Amino acid sequence: MMMILGIPAPLLFGQLMLGVVNGAFYALLSLGLAIIFGMLNIVNFAHGALFMLGAFTSWGLLNYAGIGYWWALLLAPLIVGAFGVVLERLFISKLYKLDHLYGLLLTFGIALILEGLVRNYYGSSGLPYRIPAELQGAQDLGFMIMPNYRGWVVLAALVMCLITWIVIEKTSIGAKLRAATENAPLVQSFGINVPRMITLTYGAGVALAAFAGVLAAPIYSVNPGMGANFIIVVFAVVVIGGMGSILGSIITGFGLGIVEGLTRVFYPEGSATVIFVVMVIVLLARPAGLFGRAH
Amino acid sequence: MADAPMLQVSNLESWYGESHILHGVDFNVQEGEVVTLLGRNGAGKTTTMKSIMGLVGRRAGSIRFKGEEIVGLRPDLVARRGIAFCPEERGIFASLDVTENLMLPPRIAEGGLDIERIYTLFPNLQERARSPGTKLSGGEQQMLAIARILRTGARLLLLDEPTEGLAPVIVQQIGRTIREIKALGFTVLLVEQNFRFAATVADRHYVMEHGRVIDMIPNAELEQNMTKLHEYLGV
Ligand SMILES: Nc1ncnc2c1ncn2[C@@H]1O[C@H](COP(=O)(O)OP(=O)(O)O)[C@@H](O)[C@H]1O
Ligand SMILES: [Mg+2]
Repeated sequence: MMMILGIPAPLLFGQLMLGVVNGAFYALLSLGLAIIFGMLNIVNFAHGALFMLGAFTSWGLLNYAGIGYWWALLLAPLIVGAFGVVLERLFISKLYKLDHLYGLLLTFGIALILEGLVRNYYGSSGLPYRIPAELQGAQDLGFMIMPNYRGWVVLAALVMCLITWIVIEKTSIGAKLRAATENAPLVQSFGINVPRMITLTYGAGVALAAFAGVLAAPIYSVNPGMGANFIIVVFAVVVIGGMGSILGSIITGFGLGIVEGLTRVFYPEGSATVIFVVMVIVLLARPAGLFGRAH
Repeated sequence: MADAPMLQVSNLESWYGESHILHGVDFNVQEGEVVTLLGRNGAGKTTTMKSIMGLVGRRAGSIRFKGEEIVGLRPDLVARRGIAFCPEERGIFASLDVTENLMLPPRIAEGGLDIERIYTLFPNLQERARSPGTKLSGGEQQMLAIARILRTGARLLLLDEPTEGLAPVIVQQIGRTIREIKALGFTVLLVEQNFRFAATVADRHYVMEHGRVIDMIPNAELEQNMTKLHEYLGV
């Protein structure tokens, strides 16, 4: 068997693959958080719960309406994104004039309520969601066996990150978004409906979380706590990448997934904490994060 | 003056939170005029402009634009009526390049300058099209801030201290630009500290003090009123 640094190659690459898959979720989730933070100036603590809601929505679509994975990939983000729009209009928008802390508390409360409601109706043990037929099986790459679905998750996340990046950096809608992130009142005084833009931005960030939730449904069991498990690491990713940086979120998300995977190979005891160790080091050396601009 | 003024501000009061800043501001601007607001630092000139745009917390009194009341409107709706604002701090966006900055304000009506026209007025902006907005010199940023609102079709332009902190050559260039804008039929409300500059572009001057307009001087009578003006402005 091929060995690399004394480690069997399939083990090394297998863990690396797992790391990249986790990284894909970190990237999608922290990207949404970054967009929301840039525009609304709140840390969206409900992000994990909305990710979970995305997974549950795809489960519900299948079990109550017979709508399968591919449609769910489109519909669940739309449904949960629309729910985000309602949340923003009804609750979050009332807090913009107050300290950031209130937005954080509110979204934290929303997360607890959503998780509690789902737990109440579906229990905490987790519901199965099958990998779609087209993506079952695995590829033998020689140095490792790659499950098709995991490859798909990484590809889909990369494409979604790329699309989001292009929209923000290369289109006129993105220019409005960037400008409003810098100086919202001035952008509004040019005749742009900034409050509506803020609402839609929140909806889009939430839709990204839900998209990640659908991708996650066949990998992790669909359960009320699945978002909470992720979101703590994702906040660390956001802090490391630099709050509000789009490219930073993507690169840091994938990068830290890989770091975590490698740690699982070489020092398994450290794999649960390595991201937080990186966070502490980055905070000490570069408080604004790797890609963040100091304010 | 048979026509109703393009902009009629009456008894305008404004607050930032609890601080009462404007205490009943009255003035008007006729279509096609260049009118300045003069006054010492802190007199309330910027606040007057922000109040017109809907950018202060609370307003009372009346702001009529083309005969319609706009005092309660949100900033984007004020802009859509045909007023454009160029702020004192210029408001060039660092994360946008020059072209993106230029194209940011949406067209709200016919009658704006097209992009070729703008590049003829401001050739530097074309050369620097791909640079980040804030990499431009102060003068170029000011040009960009003015150019940006000429595209939109707004016919009333509020320019807050466009010459502040700029070298004399650039100030002259901005003076030329304002005269060209006027010749194109735009109406301009201009805030200035530098009344010598104001005299080269304006038709009338209002003097503000402590959140009120205290005097109006036609440009033709500026010389006779020099002593008074020096007193008002503390120069
Ligand atoms: N955002 C603000 N909050 C509270 N007070 C302000 C604010 N901006 C300006 N002021 C106060 O309002 C008064 C008028 O300011 P301003 O309109 O900027 O004056 P000017 O433009 O004539 O120099 C000043 O006393 C200033 O301190
Ligand atoms: Mg001022």
